[in-house]
Amino acid sequence: MTKQRVELNVNGEIHEIQVEPRKLLAYALRDECGLTGTHVGCDSSSCGCCVVVLDGETPVKSCTMFAVQAEGHDITTVEGLAQGGQLHPLQQGFWDQHGLQCGYCTPGMLMTSYAMLKEYPEPTEEDVRKFLSGNLCRCTGYNNIVKAVLQAAKALGAEKSEPETTAADD
Amino acid sequence: MSITPDPQKHALGVSMKRKEDPRFLQGKGRYVDDINLPGQLYMAIVHSPYPHAKINSIDKEPALAVPGVKAVITGEDLVAAGLGWLPTFHGFDKQMVLAVGKALFQYQEVAAVFATSREAAMDGAELVEIDYEPLDPVVSPHEAAKDEVVIRSDREKSTNHIYHWDVGHKDETQRALEAAEKVVKQRIVFQRCHPAPLEPCGCVAEFDTMGRLHFYVTSQAPHVYRTALALVTGIPEDKIHVVSPDIGGGFGNKVPVYPGYVCAVVGSLLLKKPVKWIETRTENLTTTGFARDYHMDVEIGAKADGTVTALRVKTVADHGAFDAAADPTKYPAGMFGIVTGSYQFPVAYAELDAYFTNKAPGGVAYRCSFRVTEASYAIERAMDILADELDMDPVELRKKNFVRKDQFPYQSALGFTYDSGDYHSTLDKALERIGYDDLLREQAEKRARGELMGIGFSTFTEVVGAGPSKHFDILGIKMFDSAEIRIHPTGSGVVRAGTKSQGQGHETTWAQIVAEELGLDPQNIMVEEGDTDTAPYGLGTYASRSTPVAGAAISLAARRIREKARKIAAHLLEASPEDVEWTDYKFQIKGVPTRSVTMKDVAFAAYTNPGDNEPGLEASYYYDPPNMTFPHGTYVAVVDVDRHTGETKVRRFLAVDDCGTVINPMVVEGQIHGGLTEGYAIAFMQEITYDESGNNLNPNFIDYLVPTSLEAPKWETDNTVTPSPHHPIGAKGVGESPNVGSPAAFVNAVMDALSPLGVRHVDMPLTREKVWRAIQEAEARRAISAD
Ligand code: FES
Ligand code: FES
Repeated sequence: MTKQRVELNVNGEIHEIQVEPRKLLAYALRDECGLTGTHVGCDSSSCGCCVVVLDGETPVKSCTMFAVQAEGHDITTVEGLAQGGQLHPLQQGFWDQHGLQCGYCTPGMLMTSYAMLKEYPEPTEEDVRKFLSGNLCRCTGYNNIVKAVLQAAKALGAEKSEPETTAADD
Repeated sequence: MSITPDPQKHALGVSMKRKEDPRFLQGKGRYVDDINLPGQLYMAIVHSPYPHAKINSIDKEPALAVPGVKAVITGEDLVAAGLGWLPTFHGFDKQMVLAVGKALFQYQEVAAVFATSREAAMDGAELVEIDYEPLDPVVSPHEAAKDEVVIRSDREKSTNHIYHWDVGHKDETQRALEAAEKVVKQRIVFQRCHPAPLEPCGCVAEFDTMGRLHFYVTSQAPHVYRTALALVTGIPEDKIHVVSPDIGGGFGNKVPVYPGYVCAVVGSLLLKKPVKWIETRTENLTTTGFARDYHMDVEIGAKADGTVTALRVKTVADHGAFDAAADPTKYPAGMFGIVTGSYQFPVAYAELDAYFTNKAPGGVAYRCSFRVTEASYAIERAMDILADELDMDPVELRKKNFVRKDQFPYQSALGFTYDSGDYHSTLDKALERIGYDDLLREQAEKRARGELMGIGFSTFTEVVGAGPSKHFDILGIKMFDSAEIRIHPTGSGVVRAGTKSQGQGHETTWAQIVAEELGLDPQNIMVEEGDTDTAPYGLGTYASRSTPVAGAAISLAARRIREKARKIAAHLLEASPEDVEWTDYKFQIKGVPTRSVTMKDVAFAAYTNPGDNEPGLEASYYYDPPNMTFPHGTYVAVVDVDRHTGETKVRRFLAVDDCGTVINPMVVEGQIHGGLTEGYAIAFMQEITYDESGNNLNPNFIDYLVPTSLEAPKWETDNTVTPSPHHPIGAKGVGESPNVGSPAAFVNAVMDALSPLGVRHVDMPLTREKVWRAIQEAEARRAISAD
């Protein structure tokens, strides 16, 4: 099959890649952009290991989308979460609460949670369980993942409610 | 929840945050599919659509015509190269790498296609033309036993029977059962299920210019792989470098060597290019090691007061088309002898017959130490059935028959020496925490209203930490484990072990053990595993053996370092080594706390000022355990069953575990949460089923169910601590207890809920439909008897 040129905007960086039109976004990210944090765990859109966020708010299973369809969207992957050497509150939450074991499901869990918190900044435990129900984890039993997301929601809420520091404060 | 340990104080028993997590959290883990080598080819496998079929011909040409496809290999090619068959781990059988002559199960590997991209390899695999002639399949082990169709023509004996195994006293047990005042008998099936780690299996194989094989693979036992590869391929072992990188869960599925691995190595040799093979989820569920599939007839003899007098278990095991069970050589039925559980059976007998069927091969332990889960489930279910028939509280029955604390070490009727335990205390703690009396009251009220509420117990004993090498080996290799520690001049260090974490957190817990033994900062003890070039030879991580075996090796290697360090400390303190003692995480002159040096001081001196001592500070230890360890626990499930829909709600689940000394409570709790969720899955959702024609009905995550965050119950955990008397730090291992112990608690709870209807036993998984049918049938029976 002939390849075509695709421009992917991932974590604020443009990747110019040549892929067959049937190349799945998950594999384009992994094999062409070198971003191997996005994982593949099934062939039936069931596991959620491959979730990335489109345009800052929509979680998608990147195994259900062709790379060519992702052109023109801002894609956020797990590699784009930490900023300036600082873990994102979600990453911190998962670390503090032992929300991961083998780590294979973790990028997908983080990205689904990231999108959820954009839409629902103050989720209840039930909300979190509902939102994460498309992401499988074989290791943790979810209890600690739920705690991790709730911790992150709290931390993000606190960040927002802090008064903005101004130069005069220095 | 997690904290940072103070290096000058205990590092053991501390919920230290995991050192491996920052890399996983940032997508920087290095799993096998993240490894890409220059010029790499991709491999795809062609699978048999038939469970049993003669292969008349294979035409590679259409596949070879696909752009990018470089080669296709078949079973005939492998046989010609002397690589047609793989030895299975416990040595009773061998497995075809690619089908030769006949395909023996649906999805069996028939050909391998190598191409320049994943997609081209898959295109090629679709086009390999194979002419099959379907044969009658043998799907049930009970049918297999009749030998009407014998499926393996390559074996000398013309039978589907693989082996007979037994343990205990047959005649005495028979006599005791005949004399018993009460005998209960039940067929209990532990269904075929699959460990299904989230990362599928896979590998990247490369021969370098020196002809050395570098093999990156999802293996729970990289050293055993190296030896197995040397044995299968004839490549000298020094020319094989196996690396298990980060592994996305294993649960026993990543113990065996699979045909795809051999094909990738062959392809890489043939094409002189690195070859990557990553299986699909379907391949994972349909071809790699399944678990269980034990059909057990359990009989307990007892006195009228509930004192048990005899146990007999007769098992039929379905091993699929090859005997690829990953059991130690001398234990074809693994540790099934633990089937007497936590109870004082004066006499017992267990026997098992294993059969070939036209189903995927396996018999791996799914988060379980070689058939302990099957055994534990059988006895815990049967004890409840006995309690029910004697009209006794299942808790009372258990208490009456428990091995008592003062009886340890306890010699079981089937030959194990239980090292330690305190069953009564663990059970009492659970009863108090769950509020048993209140639950019983609530249940009585609900029953009066016709509602179905159940309380289920499992008071299991495990046997883990294989093993004493006089009893345990895999492919002849003794089941020891190993550790090597180097302390650097500035007081940090590295520990290498023969184990391989798949999420268990060894990078943290092994550092904690070293830190505890040496008074160093666990943050600065690096842990390395999984690379056979650097790690000492070990048997790997499965069967909950890492902490009991490698954990002990690490502790003892560290103590060797401490012994040497004492001499250097004596030199620094200008004293004789006999006058120097290790207290409070430092060396001091006996009775003179003011004259002391730390391990950090000693480490520096080991390289700068060792005195008359040999410079350097490192040690290794190969640990051969004197006995296994016997973790135990009490699990309690509280369920409500909807009479009209058959739906079960797990309202509460409490796990009180005793795994001896705890290294990192947070990690232990995490292991228990994960194992309980797998136990829940097995009890309620998971089964690999085949239809009558031998078609696998659960080849993906749509049909093979993994609990999501919505189904997974909230777990309550607690523990008691009965240290192992023979382990250097008293640890016993815990990863598998929750999977071993929980299925019986769930099922006992549901059966307790259904007991007012007269339902005695339903086999797992207890899906809504099955429970609903059981209720319907029970009600129909009652209606008939009321007429
Ligand atoms: S890989 Fe499983 S949902 Fe995408
Ligand atoms: S941490 Fe292993 S699958 Fe979730």
